[in-house]
Amino acid sequence: MDCVVTGGNVKVLAKAIHSLSRIGDELYVEPQDDGLALRSVNSSRSAYACFLFAPLFFSRYTVPGGHTFRCKMAIKSVQAVFRSLASLEKTVEKCHIELDEQKNRLTFTLHCKHGLLKTHNLSFQDSESLQAVFDKDSYANVFRSHPRLLVDTVVHFPPSLEEVTVSVSDERMWVRNHVEEEDQSKAMLTELCLASDEFDHFAVQTHNSVTFCLKELRGLLVFAESTGLPISMYFDEPGSPVVLSVTDSVLEGNFVLATLSDDPNKRKNNSRRAHTPPPPPDDFMNDDIDAYLIAMDTSIAPGPSATGPPTTPLAASTCSKQPAAANHRTRLYSEEEEEEEEEETADSAGPPNKKFCSLFFGSVLPPSSQMTTQPVTSQEVLASDSEDDEQ
Amino acid sequence: MPLSTQSQADDEQYVLVASMDNARNLSNILKAITFKDQAIFSATPNGLKVTVEDSKCLQANAFIQAEIFQEFTIKEDLVGFQVNLTVLLDCLSIFGGSTVPGVSTALRMCYKGYGYPLTLFLEEGGVVTVCKINTQEPEEPIDFEFCSNNVTNKVILLSESLKEAFSELDMTSEVLQITMSPSQPYFRLSTFGNSGNAHYDYPKDSEMMELFKCTKTQTNRYKMSLLKPSTKALALSCKVSVRTDIRGFLSLQYLVRNDDGQICFVEYYCCPDEEVEEE
Repeated sequence: MDCVVTGGNVKVLAKAIHSLSRIGDELYVEPQDDGLALRSVNSSRSAYACFLFAPLFFSRYTVPGGHTFRCKMAIKSVQAVFRSLASLEKTVEKCHIELDEQKNRLTFTLHCKHGLLKTHNLSFQDSESLQAVFDKDSYANVFRSHPRLLVDTVVHFPPSLEEVTVSVSDERMWVRNHVEEEDQSKAMLTELCLASDEFDHFAVQTHNSVTFCLKELRGLLVFAESTGLPISMYFDEPGSPVVLSVTDSVLEGNFVLATLSDDPNKRKNNSRRAHTPPPPPDDFMNDDIDAYLIAMDTSIAPGPSATGPPTTPLAASTCSKQPAAANHRTRLYSEEEEEEEEEETADSAGPPNKKFCSLFFGSVLPPSSQMTTQPVTSQEVLASDSEDDEQ
Repeated sequence: MPLSTQSQADDEQYVLVASMDNARNLSNILKAITFKDQAIFSATPNGLKVTVEDSKCLQANAFIQAEIFQEFTIKEDLVGFQVNLTVLLDCLSIFGGSTVPGVSTALRMCYKGYGYPLTLFLEEGGVVTVCKINTQEPEEPIDFEFCSNNVTNKVILLSESLKEAFSELDMTSEVLQITMSPSQPYFRLSTFGNSGNAHYDYPKDSEMMELFKCTKTQTNRYKMSLLKPSTKALALSCKVSVRTDIRGFLSLQYLVRNDDGQICFVEYYCCPDEEVEEE
């Protein structure tokens, strides 16, 4: 692999790497024919991000011939190459990325002003394929806006906030912090409402509500804001990941975040919501298993989704699944309040992470039926099954 | 200024009297060598030299010529003592180190001789503070025997470019390797850290390279922990000269301009790491 990035694109590349560092500790590098893919995933496999830089992004782009090459390295090492973002634009003329497969080294050479040459020889490890499967174009709800809109929305939430809930109706989007039931009386609830005309594109097919981790999203917001690229947001029913993307002619970035699933306890209320047909009993089972992302810790699998993936119908008022929403929801979905309470016990039982994890990567399946190429390593601490006894 | 009203008679007892209108001209340069508490002060009619050493492998010297002081009176050829540098710096900034333009701390440093404390008269805005710092028998500074005759390689770089490199150095590397050569890569700083190695190359014809005189290819490694403090001197300086001699000893000389535009020098001497030189 041999590629050269020049001028302002060096900073774009650096910013992409910095935003990936907000997701996980390792950077997965895969030079493909359609471009250079840089990916990252968090330890609980509930957040994944991928930047694909088309060959035109580079002033020179050659991939290793004849075989697919994939590697991963500590993202901190790569960040060290592009340490001072502010001065990158002013000092770096071009960046040369070269692969030395014999020595297992990826060399980043920065040609800077005044003839200064900075060479970083980073060691890497071979890695498994890291690719989340998602089909954002099939998602029911699609939005697009200037990053400023989302940045201005997110700024109202404290940096420590873990999860937010986004709910939509035909004309509005609500963003609120997600608070567990038991903390409701002590927590400050913040909710913002955005009108559809604030977006460049606002298409809602089902009035859903999804809860996901905000922290991991901030990396994308910083990237989008600095590049000025509009952010597209796609989501479907709860449990299905929310995808945020930025694209331009030479790059595409996708941040895929798991969402909290609906609780199976709600199943009995299905009859009340008839407008959308309930999804098949075990959504995940119908997908091509082989195409699922390999999570090394899929052994934690039997999560709530094992028995009840997002089976609950997503009626127009699905948001009821959000326990924190209880108070706010009243005015919109009063008939569902009682369901929320039942749900809360289930939802609040386990750490959200666990649910995110098991739902996102379809790890409902026992490890053995996962892609055989993936070694199943030891269990991730986060995904303890023991709490999941309400199922 | 109250300090100047001290009577002539008082001065008779001091072997060294040095006055400065702006104490920052002294404290700033001393901060560039404060990596250890103890400092050896050597005063001669030429001026003041302050020395700090670390584990017999590193020595830093700050030179403040007599001309920098508003008054510099010395009664002997050499006056030497040792004081706690940290305490001295605390005293020099006793008025809080405000950066209001036009307001500065005036300093009058006096020493009676062996066994006497170092007396500092500091004044700002009409308020006078007197500090007396105990002195000790000065240790003999190490003579690194670095002489111009033995210098094999010398470069002078504008500090601006070196500052960038030093701020990015991989601190997980135990050593900083310096390669100087009449041929490629000319002047190279290398680190060997946890994630791999990194090289910073300065070509001999770069605008940042003011002087390039390398006679033979030399690669030497120095402990990163020893050289780290020199970044303070680098930050203050506008130019730096890097020299190595036949033994691989390193001399870094920094040209520092103080608040009033006057020139002072700071130099660092460092022994090469005992490890076998690879590469």
